[in-house]
Amino acid sequence: MSRDADPHAPRPARRGGVPPLGYTAPAMPVSAASSKLVYEGLKECGIRLLSVLPETWLVHLVSLAEADPDMILVRLAKEEEGVGVSVGAHLAGVRSAMLMQNHGLLASVNGIVSLAQLYRVPLLMLVSYRGGFGEEHPWQTEGGGVTEDLLRALRIPYLLLARADEVAPRLRQALTLAEASLRPVALLLCRDLMWEE
Amino acid sequence: MLRLEAMRAIYPLLAERVVVTNMGAAPAELFSLGHRPGFFYVEHSMGLASSVALGIALARPELEVVTLDGDGSVLMNLGTFTTLARHRPPNLLHVVFDNEVLLSVGRSFSTATAAGSDLAAIAAAAGVPRTGTYHSVDSLAVACREALAARELAVLVAKVEPVGPASYFIDLHLLENRFQFERHLRGLRGLPRGEAAGVLTAGGAENQQQEHTGERP
Repeated sequence: MSRDADPHAPRPARRGGVPPLGYTAPAMPVSAASSKLVYEGLKECGIRLLSVLPETWLVHLVSLAEADPDMILVRLAKEEEGVGVSVGAHLAGVRSAMLMQNHGLLASVNGIVSLAQLYRVPLLMLVSYRGGFGEEHPWQTEGGGVTEDLLRALRIPYLLLARADEVAPRLRQALTLAEASLRPVALLLCRDLMWEE
Repeated sequence: MLRLEAMRAIYPLLAERVVVTNMGAAPAELFSLGHRPGFFYVEHSMGLASSVALGIALARPELEVVTLDGDGSVLMNLGTFTTLARHRPPNLLHVVFDNEVLLSVGRSFSTATAAGSDLAAIAAAAGVPRTGTYHSVDSLAVACREALAARELAVLVAKVEPVGPASYFIDLHLLENRFQFERHLRGLRGLPRGEAAGVLTAGGAENQQQEHTGERP
């Protein structure tokens, strides 16, 4: 599982030539605008705790949470911990969301089934959907190929988030369904939304 | 020491706090000592009791949270020590009952602690500010009281005999436990710490719920 910043990501030089000295370029073209939309959507939903294990597509979202004094940002060692943290937050009356890569979803399965689903706790899971069409990294492709089948097998309702105008309404709808059903709900953050190529 | 006797010694500390347990023998023994609405038993999902406790402790800094765990569970989520340490909630006490076996599947299945892995040392190396290993009921009880009084994140390891209750049955369905616990935590919102420690009657909890229905429609 490689969830680090991607060393092979395209460099800014390919768009604007050689960067000036002292310029600290973003290492990768993750969409800052879409990240901001997602973050604002989470805030409008009343999310006060975010558990994360960062990956490339989520770097701006994590930075936004870091800069927000009203957000409890829980940095995890492994994504499954985030299921426990969110369950605790829910029982304590605080709305939370999980931010992770789809390989983190794979790593969280027992927690999702044996804690969140067994105990009927709503989970709002924002999952970056790596390994789909356009994926250039071989190591992402196996996980990409099973993500939706896994969600279906787990009976987790999910939608793809690929367009900016869908972000706010889908977040609201996902949270509403999670809280009404007392079950996990997932939104898959797609390449078209998160990556500017 | 026997886990049941250790639990009996710290029960007065637990009864007035929020408690999250792992699965199996520990919740059954705690239940046998007397259930409280502030006790949540995380049956199954081994390793996540301390993560649930962390979520509560961070979400509600005014509550004091104790999590009762086991060596087999902690070994399934060793990263939890690093996550606890980096967030360092002062209102969280993590007690690990280490019997060096996976007791619920038989005493022959020893864990790595039987081969020398030292959970308190691992927690300390992860950055947990207060750790210790205890071999007697009295020393454990003293360490628990001191950790709570210090208001400092602690991981305290109690070396216990590989002995459990005759039955792991708890006469409280896990969903009943879950909803009672959530309602109890909701009822504690906004109460002064002394009152928050008390056990609410069913009527009291209902009244509190009425006051706060707007928060989670």
